[in-house]
Amino acid sequence: MEIKEQKREADLLRFITCGSVDDGKSTLIGRLLYDTKTIFEDQLLNIEKTSLQRGEEYVNLALLTDGLRAEREQGITIDVAYRYFATPNRKFIMADTPGHIQYTRNMVTGASTANLAIVLIDARKGVIEQTCRHTFITSLLKIDHIILCINKMDLVGFSEEVFNKIKTDFQDFISRLDIADVSYIPVSALQGDNIVNRSENMPWYEGPTLLYTLENVHLGSDLNFIDARFPVQYVSRPQSTEYHDFRGYAGRVEGGVFKPGDEVMVLPSGFTSKINTIETFDGPLQEAYAPMSVTMTLTDEIDISRGDMIVKPNNQPQVSQDVDLMICWMHEKPLVKGRKYIIKHTTREAKCLVKEVRYKVNINTLHKIEDDLNIGLNDIARIAIRTTVPLFFDDYRRNSATGSLILIDEFTNETLAAGIIL
Amino acid sequence: MSHSYKLSYLKQLEAESIYIMREAVAQFEKPVLLFSGGKDSIVLAHLARKAFWPAKFPFPMLHVDTGHNFEETIRFRDYLVNKIGARLIVRTVQDSIDQGLAQEEKGPNPSRNGLQTVTLLSAIEEFKFDAAFGGARRDEEKARAKERFFSHRDEFSQWDPKNQRPELWHLYNGRKNPGEHFRVFPLSNWTELDIWQYISLEELELPEIYFSHQREIVNRDGVLLAKSEFITLLKDEQYIEKTVRFRTVGDMSCTGAVESPASTLDEVIAEVAAARVTERAARADDQRSEAAMEDRKKQGYF
Repeated sequence: MEIKEQKREADLLRFITCGSVDDGKSTLIGRLLYDTKTIFEDQLLNIEKTSLQRGEEYVNLALLTDGLRAEREQGITIDVAYRYFATPNRKFIMADTPGHIQYTRNMVTGASTANLAIVLIDARKGVIEQTCRHTFITSLLKIDHIILCINKMDLVGFSEEVFNKIKTDFQDFISRLDIADVSYIPVSALQGDNIVNRSENMPWYEGPTLLYTLENVHLGSDLNFIDARFPVQYVSRPQSTEYHDFRGYAGRVEGGVFKPGDEVMVLPSGFTSKINTIETFDGPLQEAYAPMSVTMTLTDEIDISRGDMIVKPNNQPQVSQDVDLMICWMHEKPLVKGRKYIIKHTTREAKCLVKEVRYKVNINTLHKIEDDLNIGLNDIARIAIRTTVPLFFDDYRRNSATGSLILIDEFTNETLAAGIIL
Repeated sequence: MSHSYKLSYLKQLEAESIYIMREAVAQFEKPVLLFSGGKDSIVLAHLARKAFWPAKFPFPMLHVDTGHNFEETIRFRDYLVNKIGARLIVRTVQDSIDQGLAQEEKGPNPSRNGLQTVTLLSAIEEFKFDAAFGGARRDEEKARAKERFFSHRDEFSQWDPKNQRPELWHLYNGRKNPGEHFRVFPLSNWTELDIWQYISLEELELPEIYFSHQREIVNRDGVLLAKSEFITLLKDEQYIEKTVRFRTVGDMSCTGAVESPASTLDEVIAEVAAARVTERAARADDQRSEAAMEDRKKQGYF
């Protein structure tokens, strides 16, 4: 299969793979890369050499993804690794994240930019706690598409009953969650069944292979083209004769569609104006939509700076200093109630006070924990904050760009938590 | 809706890179663009022009010159800087050696690749740069696959891969303490093929050594090194003329050529698409050990 030819008009799918080493995740990724001819000969030669030197029986495909010395030495994946491959119609960015509970933060990081999640299950074990955790995070971060890969089918005699049982169990579990689209695929990553090529061992399975599914998932509905949101990133004032009076607002469209002539409102001032032009290096545009990076000019001179937001008067985001969040805590230092933290939300930076920890989530059972509100590394919790300046935001489910923020330590500058606005 | 709102993957990558560059300029006081004259930094400079148009991009370019350059690269560098009206700063490894900050390697092809780090860090200190744009891509090498868009460096410019800030959505945390700086990698999500497709789409000019030409080379442990004053032939070695091109452009002392008849962009793209070895396989600097890149990066390498 000549798979590396790629069309310029191809689109882009970002996905995450969840599962632990035991599920055969590395093998699955290795298989996907190998069968799409993404692994190069020198990479293969390198890992063959290393596997041999370590006295391993098979070529260890995990060595491909474990990039850091510590990871290879300990045989674990510590950090999110990004992999790239392409088919003629689609380019793929895969975030490979470690599966254990102590790496929840890595999974949240990988999931924050993904449109799709592959959740891996060992056919011998079925739906376990870890599956529930991965699926919960997927749903929390509003990944609209899940592919449940039931792996190691070769070890259960390629049994249709086993596949159906796992499928039913999973459907029961996700009925409590809000997930738009799930596909179920029985695979053997080790032998390549249903990864890129159809399995001859499972004639009862009539669905598509993993790669076919990845190539054909419909992505059109994942972006918001309704609520016009343009956080101002940078004010462009060229100091040149030709553009002496040019005053442009550079940023990325985070929702909706903007056109020259549209009436717009600027937050927080509330002033209204009209879009004069939408400028790019390649010439002016007749419209701009997510995720384009453009520069807008308005017909009126208004004081606008970084952190302001251009919206439409008839469709405004919520504006408030009081915000309710689900957070994933990402640092060894626990959350301290009553302490001030720095927040970054769109292009806006402010401080906030954690007013209340409402509950913590047991991410394996989805139960609320209300008697222990200490929030530490990898905990997921619902909190209420008050910010020093108003934020302009939407419900995360409506717009993940205007519905997300991060908390930062004001002394060490480290990123402490990911926040999802409810 | 009369049409679908869809951006091609190249336009999505472009929009992401522009966003990153604007974000860095908004968050840092004194950014600089590291420019090597290679294809990735040429794409980076082009994206910088797009990001800040109609203004010129508000930062200088820095070339860390090892003195082991292909003359075509230097010629192209000066041509491009002049064409786009950018400000170029050049700092040389030779100066770092003369000042006693760095020491030349010994052996038949002493590499100045590692020494670039010393010169780079001196330049960052000299100009008080607090962010340096680099053209590194995650698909290049396994340590780079774990790199952030905004990559924090401590006061010794070290990269700590086990203690990186998580990068969520497209919220980039560039906050830092005095003396620390950031490396910013807008091309993180691009692959070698994406770069070539984009060069073709945008009709970007490149140094001619990326295209097929005749050159005298010596085959040393499978790496085809170009004839130059920086290489001493070993016993039994000799230069032979071959039809070659370069997939990456670094120092003459460590950048290997590939035998190739590809003399146009389309031919290069076809060749890259069908390639069965990575572009860095021809780099002697990466062949030194399995973790060669990670080790250099921790010290402050590009």
